[in-house]
Amino acid sequence: MAQHEVTFPIADESEILKLRAGDEVTVQGHIIGIRDRTQIRIFDQGVEPPMDLRGAFLLHTAPGVRKIAEGKYEKVCIGTTTSARMVRFTEPLGTQYGVRAICGKGGFPDEAIEPMQRLGMVYFAIVGGAAALETTQIEEIEEVAWEELMPECLWKFRIKDFGPLTVGIDAHGNSLYHDVQTAAQEKLKELYARF
Amino acid sequence: MTTGLTTDLAFAVEDAAAHLYVWALKDIPQDLRDALDAARKRETSVTGIRVLETIHRNVNIADSEKNLVCQDTGIAVYTCRVGEHFPLHPARIYASLKAGTERATVEHPLRSNAVHTITRENTGPNTGYRLPIVHWEFIPDWDGLDVKCVPKGSGSENMSFLKMCVPADGVRGIKEFVLESIVGAGGKPCPPGIVGVGIGGSADYAMYLAKEAIARPIGTRNSDPIVAELEDELYGLLNETGIGPMGLGGDVTVLQCHIEHADTHMTLNPVAVNYQCWAARRASVHIDPEGNLDYDREF
Repeated sequence: MAQHEVTFPIADESEILKLRAGDEVTVQGHIIGIRDRTQIRIFDQGVEPPMDLRGAFLLHTAPGVRKIAEGKYEKVCIGTTTSARMVRFTEPLGTQYGVRAICGKGGFPDEAIEPMQRLGMVYFAIVGGAAALETTQIEEIEEVAWEELMPECLWKFRIKDFGPLTVGIDAHGNSLYHDVQTAAQEKLKELYARF
Repeated sequence: MTTGLTTDLAFAVEDAAAHLYVWALKDIPQDLRDALDAARKRETSVTGIRVLETIHRNVNIADSEKNLVCQDTGIAVYTCRVGEHFPLHPARIYASLKAGTERATVEHPLRSNAVHTITRENTGPNTGYRLPIVHWEFIPDWDGLDVKCVPKGSGSENMSFLKMCVPADGVRGIKEFVLESIVGAGGKPCPPGIVGVGIGGSADYAMYLAKEAIARPIGTRNSDPIVAELEDELYGLLNETGIGPMGLGGDVTVLQCHIEHADTHMTLNPVAVNYQCWAARRASVHIDPEGNLDYDREF
């Protein structure tokens, strides 16, 4: 399993194709924080997001923050939430806005595999709950939009050495979650036979 | 009428709740640290080791930065063991727990998660209608109060499952349901954590017992040897599923399986599963009738 360092927003989209399920990745640059209500507003209520998402790395988060000035926040504790709730937004994020990476915890169900392969997108698994570490890797909250959805706003973070992340679903149709689940279902049959 | 003593006691309980909530979020208990260390040594998969090493780094950084272990401040769940002779009425204890939860949220500040369940609008600083949640136990011939705070994150709480097995399903039905629930949950509840199982009672009581089970320290066993044996068996079986740390595959899927049980109706066989993530936060205090707080006490 290879190790990679990738900078977002991604300049050369072919870099995504170098990532394989199981690889370890460290991320640099800027990432966008997004969550359930943010995506419900974009796609179900049809409100255009006031940030450029082309080539973006989206993080499933609702950060703990402290307000220091009008429209300006500093980090308190920033971690990552369960992705599966938001899987249906994967394809439109890719086709309509050019998002190339989604990072969360717990993985996406299999319905994400085909659009991610077709659109050249990748899912990064972060260690859920490891927010103390994640907070140290976020240098600054540079922008926030839709503050009325607090804490489920649209956030722009500047990051440094963000990770370690694991490629959970790659752009070649491979998903660790699918493989682990398939093997576990087989194993269950064996365990039940023992009872 | 409120006397001076009960006013002081009410403040003592409020102080305790405010302290417990933040303490639980920042400083995970030693039994959990030991279990996570043992898991790290036992794990053999590349991704599993990566996850468990990261968890280890994270717990140390939370200590050194005095930050929260996990950003999800959860819903505040308290377990109260109230002595028959404790001089503050549970109605006042509840008001103090609520006030303490609010104070901790505002002063730290902590992320506030509480919303109206239909409008989804925030209802207060981690409080609202019927929030926080309190489990009560009343102890005869005693004058103390034990309070345990268990902030419960949503990632693991969303992985809660209930099945009304029938008596003919037997213990086999219980085992199969626990296994299929944890395999189905995959990486979503942040494994490896504590699987809480409630069996017997009624539908609602089984889930209540499952929540009691996840709040027990790792290393404790059910006092009924028949149930304790089932805890051990399920722990072994769950770790054979290969789900692994964060569901990325590996040897360690759960840190422990705890079961709480109640006697039930002859035609019932309820099984409830409640999951507690690896950041199994828990902090407790003993309060004496004079309002003295002893934070070292674990239960």
